[in-house]
Amino acid sequence: MNIYLPIAEMSVNGLVVLIMGAAVGFLSGLFGVGGGFLITPLLIFYNIPPAIAVATGANQVIASSMSGALAHFRRRTLDFKLGFVLLGGGIFGSSIGIVVFAWLRALGQLDLFISLLYVVFLGSVGGLMLVESVNTLRKSRSGAVSLKKAGQHHWIHKLPLKMRFRTSKLFVSVIPVIALGAGIGFLAAIMGVGGGFIMVPALIYLLKVPTNVVVGTSLFQIIFTAAFTTIVHAATNQTVDVVLAFLLMIGGVAGAQYGAKAGQKLRGEQLRLLLALMVVAVALRLAFDLFVQPADLYSLGPLGEF
Amino acid sequence: MKRAFSAVLILLALLAPAHAQTEPTPAPDAAQPQPQPEAAPQPEAAPAAPAAPQPEAPPPAPQLEQGPPQYNESIQIGLSTDRITITTDFSGTDLTIFGALNDVDPQLARQNRYDVIVVLEGPARPVVVRRKDRVVGMWINTQSETFLNVPISYSVSTTRPFQDMAQPATYKRLSLGADYMYLQPRNRDDEPATIEEFTAALRERKQVTGLYSELTGGVQFLSPNLFRATLELAPNVPIGTHRARAFLFKNGQFIRETSAQLAIQKSGVEQSIFKAAHEYSLFYGIFAVALAIITGWLGRIIFSRD
Repeated sequence: MNIYLPIAEMSVNGLVVLIMGAAVGFLSGLFGVGGGFLITPLLIFYNIPPAIAVATGANQVIASSMSGALAHFRRRTLDFKLGFVLLGGGIFGSSIGIVVFAWLRALGQLDLFISLLYVVFLGSVGGLMLVESVNTLRKSRSGAVSLKKAGQHHWIHKLPLKMRFRTSKLFVSVIPVIALGAGIGFLAAIMGVGGGFIMVPALIYLLKVPTNVVVGTSLFQIIFTAAFTTIVHAATNQTVDVVLAFLLMIGGVAGAQYGAKAGQKLRGEQLRLLLALMVVAVALRLAFDLFVQPADLYSLGPLGEF
Repeated sequence: MKRAFSAVLILLALLAPAHAQTEPTPAPDAAQPQPQPEAAPQPEAAPAAPAAPQPEAPPPAPQLEQGPPQYNESIQIGLSTDRITITTDFSGTDLTIFGALNDVDPQLARQNRYDVIVVLEGPARPVVVRRKDRVVGMWINTQSETFLNVPISYSVSTTRPFQDMAQPATYKRLSLGADYMYLQPRNRDDEPATIEEFTAALRERKQVTGLYSELTGGVQFLSPNLFRATLELAPNVPIGTHRARAFLFKNGQFIRETSAQLAIQKSGVEQSIFKAAHEYSLFYGIFAVALAIITGWLGRIIFSRD
């Protein structure tokens, strides 16, 4: 089933793309992340030009996040207020990210920068989660321990401009919340991800948001960040391939529902451990490409237009 | 999986009667076959000019009786269609071009001394060739060279292998063939060795991606005057105005060239998507987002079983 992609200007096997979307959708439903951090590298491995993979990845993240957020909305595990504050920062970060993206593309260093960001962020986030989840699993075997340690005061809680987030049972300064949103918006624009894989651990470990609220809230704000990223990429770089995105979405949305069901059978620590392993695996795969001599030292590109 | 299209380019029917007139001439030559092949290359080597005025003098009768007849070969190709449309299931195709030779020396034709090279040349674009080098252990794009007016695609079909038809110098002069085509660097002051290195890399990359292809034996003579050329079009053949060119060689000497234009375009839907993405990019982006949101929402309704 060959399908011609009008923007990427190449034909791909539609079935492969559907399966790719479904597999990533399953994992994203399982872990409550958008799956963008998996889809973009997969598309790049499948020879889709990185610029198109990033923008199209952002587009498909909207669909999977939308379907995920609706499920959380029904279960009332979605903090709208926290989501909107994160979003404010997200739009700001994303705007900067898109300018940097166009600049790197003209410079010929976009691929490198995308790979580096993936390796650094996936590696560190995955590594931290791995350590944490293994520790939790070990401790839970010896005795129950709650993630939220009572009375522990982080430097983050000493910042001014405090705001109360009722659903999250949180009273915290808006500065780190906006900064987190901005940082993730920036990464979203450059990496074509919603940022869920950074947002989820950051909300849990830095802001101490209850785990059950984290996933829904993260998905909710990702819808908007990814939507903004998609529109700006489409308007400035013309790199959103709607045919490719649609194929990914169909696979992704279907896969996500089964993933979510499978996720209910696993415990929180086990889920986090699996997610951590997957994130680390993607990071290692990308690092391998970066550090091992490529088969082709030369590459062709269009003349950069800024 | 069916072939998306198979455009057949047919010779102009008008040519047929013209041959009928040239055909009788061989009769006297056949009597003295020995001097013929030797005499022929000499006039062709240097003077295309003396041969040229010949056709203007329509009464060739006295000429015939005087000695070795002068042939004024010409080549023509005809396209049955001037545009090819790429549809969604396009996965590359073969293109057939029919052509005819006029006023050929039947003696030489019988000895296969005529060679034809048919080229389908895609639109030209500037191309940046980048080279990866090891920097702090990582493989990073460092040096680059920009070439102007590089045909995006270049399909060649020949009667025989390149080295058997003519001298490399001839191909270079004509800028004919993927290995001999002149590629113009933007900075001519760069080191000649560097330019050579990147030129070779450019040719190599284009051949690996299938955009530059060569089909030896793809041109077949159906009769002394009529030939059929098969060209391979890659799945990623570029959109735009292509030029079909046919080159005629006699005894290793270039005789004449002819060309015709062929537009390759996307079919209705693909074309509209591409146009929308470039001309109404903001609305296109908003549409992509809306599509994603609806897909995510519908996916939730269809697949959710809770």
